[in-house]
Amino acid sequence: MTGTLGAVGAGLAVLGAGIGIGQIGGRAMEAIARQPEVTGDIRTTMIIAAALIEGAALFAIVGAFFF
Amino acid sequence: MKIRATFIIAALLVFCVSHARAGQESHEEKPYFEYVIEHISDANEFHVFGDVHIPLPCILYAKDRGLDVFMSSAFEHGHKVVNGYVLDHGDVKRIKGWSENMGVHHIERTGEEEGSEARFAFSDGKAYELESPGHFLQPTSWIDFSITKNVFTMLLASLILFVIFFSVRKSYEQRDGQSPKGLQSFIEPIFTFIRDEVVKPNIGHHYEKYMPFVMSLFFFVLICNLLGLIPFFPGSANVTGNLATTAALAFFTLIIVTISGNRHYWQHIFWMPGVPVPIRFMLAPIEFAGVFIKPFTLLIRLFANITAGHVIILCLVGMVFILGDNGKNLGGVISGSFLTVAFVFIMNLLELFVAFLQAFIFALLTSLYIGAAIEEHH
Repeated sequence: MTGTLGAVGAGLAVLGAGIGIGQIGGRAMEAIARQPEVTGDIRTTMIIAAALIEGAALFAIVGAFFF
Repeated sequence: MKIRATFIIAALLVFCVSHARAGQESHEEKPYFEYVIEHISDANEFHVFGDVHIPLPCILYAKDRGLDVFMSSAFEHGHKVVNGYVLDHGDVKRIKGWSENMGVHHIERTGEEEGSEARFAFSDGKAYELESPGHFLQPTSWIDFSITKNVFTMLLASLILFVIFFSVRKSYEQRDGQSPKGLQSFIEPIFTFIRDEVVKPNIGHHYEKYMPFVMSLFFFVLICNLLGLIPFFPGSANVTGNLATTAALAFFTLIIVTISGNRHYWQHIFWMPGVPVPIRFMLAPIEFAGVFIKPFTLLIRLFANITAGHVIILCLVGMVFILGDNGKNLGGVISGSFLTVAFVFIMNLLELFVAFLQAFIFALLTSLYIGAAIEEHH
């Protein structure tokens, strides 16, 4: 049972990351639609924010390894 | 003609898949996940393919014996005892209290014994207790300085960096005033991108002092990530997916941020201005923990991203072996390889992107923390 507990925890973490990064992607697309000339800046910022959120999700996955 | 050919190939694929079945592990073969673990861990030799291994030097220092240097092929895959050292499932360990006249030269297996937590080596019916190499917090009778896969790859990455940057520097000196050519024109946009987008805006004044550190960090992490993606000899080691390596890099960040922190930095951590006094007492421990947690997140982020990528690719490649029942089911092998080639190609592209991105994020966050530490009062 402990093995599946870790897997469930990791899945929940990815759920959170998916929601967060999905929000970022959506907002970034809206921002690009509003102001296409800053597409480059928005794209860079979006990638940085996505990497940070993914870092948090991977924290949870690494913790899930122990269960 | 093209459409008919695609139909024939698709029909063959369906035929193969319908004959494939997931393989069950037989008694003498390991479950596939152990191969995955073996590939992402450190080892004392490079396992090129099948039975071909490239041994690496083992450099071991015991207090009573002194230095022992030999190639890891002397262990003969864990069957031989070399000067008191044995290989216990890939880890080098020492027989406790070994002396030359103990007379044990071959061991049958290593394992655990009932009633004790230690590992033992079994030879001729006798059990010899094994001890691991000591480290900073837990010293034992010997230390392990071996060149392992990861150490070799880190040295290789440093060598590559030296060669690239010394030759670029020479081109800059020789072609002063001319447009860049060759390797110089490849490195220059990357270098100026990191300098102008990452280091300068985040560190601000005196960014030149920290440029060498952040640049070395970025390029070292990048080259190590890329070397880990190459599946054959010079590059098959999972360097940045090793907690010890990323911990060392994050430790450097911690040291540099702590040393270069000025009065305002420490004041913002312990006695932050603009906040009511009782809340300052509550926030100070949290902020102090944050000093250590921030490099810790750097460490975990890099480790988890790279290791997760490697595990996914290894598991996808394992589909060939699992569907083909370790070679017994040809239809499974063929359909497995169709699946695998497509997915592994896509995953490798994603991993390439992640390699660059994680190196960039590590450098960016390091510059942010350094910038926060040396920020002047405004």
